[in-house]
Amino acid sequence: MNIVIVGCGRVGAALAETFDRGGHRVVILDISTRAFDRLSGSFGGEAVRGDGTDEDVLRRAGAEDADLFIALTEGDNRNIMATQLAGEALGARRVIAKINDPVRATAYAELGIATLCRTGLMIDAINAYLGDPPSGLAGMSAPTGHHPGGEHHPQAPGEPVEVSSATPGSADAPAAAGAPASPAEPMPSSTLSREA
Amino acid sequence: MFVLVVGGGKVGYYLTKELIEAGHEVALMEKDRARADQIADEIGSIVIAHDGCEGKYLAEAGSNRADVVAAVTGDDEDNLVICQMAKHHFDVPRTIARVNNPKNEELFRHLGVDELISPTRMILASIEQDIPVHELLHLAALGENELELIEAHLQDGSPAVGRAPRDLDIPDGCSLFAVIRDGVASPLRPDTVLAVGDKVIAIGRTECEEMLHEQLIGGETVRG
Repeated sequence: MNIVIVGCGRVGAALAETFDRGGHRVVILDISTRAFDRLSGSFGGEAVRGDGTDEDVLRRAGAEDADLFIALTEGDNRNIMATQLAGEALGARRVIAKINDPVRATAYAELGIATLCRTGLMIDAINAYLGDPPSGLAGMSAPTGHHPGGEHHPQAPGEPVEVSSATPGSADAPAAAGAPASPAEPMPSSTLSREA
Repeated sequence: MFVLVVGGGKVGYYLTKELIEAGHEVALMEKDRARADQIADEIGSIVIAHDGCEGKYLAEAGSNRADVVAAVTGDDEDNLVICQMAKHHFDVPRTIARVNNPKNEELFRHLGVDELISPTRMILASIEQDIPVHELLHLAALGENELELIEAHLQDGSPAVGRAPRDLDIPDGCSLFAVIRDGVASPLRPDTVLAVGDKVIAIGRTECEEMLHEQLIGGETVRG
């Protein structure tokens, strides 16, 4: 798969390396070149310095051909805008945005973005450790709807996207927290050769 | 009307003041506490010192009963999210966003923001209108961008001055349809004799531009 990751923090860097080792073609973006120090010397993907909310930069990073686009910067809104640019304007096939505000995370899942909410994930991890019931906050949520007018770039065409809950934010939504948003598409680890 | 303004920079501040003066109910959200206090000292307790992008605070600010939400922060991504949350989560009937990067306009429109104000675009347009134009002025792209609406300001030396459209060699797929003379627009007939100062409005395929330039402006094309 072609994978574009915006934000080379701890999660972004580690994820990029994991995908790279798995044989995927990875491009990682960050606004600061220093962030790329987090990548190990063996990283075989591409590191691009630039603003992930700039359409031209995303185009240069290959968002148009991305099978998977993940925005993991520290700004919820930057992640939202980056994934909407990639998914709605550039036609990236599947997009995931880290959105730490649970309300926004649920709202954007309804608008067709898979969302990852650290707040909900961490609270429920703690709850699970303590044996307490889940919080009901969004964790990892698959898209539960489409953006009005955005239907021309459906998420992951031809693939069933598993919708964990018809009413996001309800108590069973975090049940998906530990599982990938869409188990329907296992990532092939050896089918793609690097186009370096 | 209840207007929720998000972003307490200069634009948000003056907008809020003008709205209050016009008799509207206004709430202003500004996440920087010091800036929010400063504005509140002057215009009263309608200032909410919280992030207008955050769902919880948008709800507290009463966005579910707002008639208009105006997102005027300096960051496009914030303005987009404020408008989307207002529209899709709180059913606000009218959302207005300030767009700093003109390239974002299309995305914002596609994502359902009702009205866009781009200061960058407006200043750019103003500059392009004010410069004595010896070139064709692009007014708009039509259809799937294959057609353009073009204005030609006729000046001394234009081969079209003193002639009528029927005497000009206008390329196929291109039509001169109006003339603005002394601020009055009228349809351009085949026998209308053109004069210095006329602004000729044309619609044509993008590739006709060079020929239009030759016929209406004269000389060499400076800009493609």
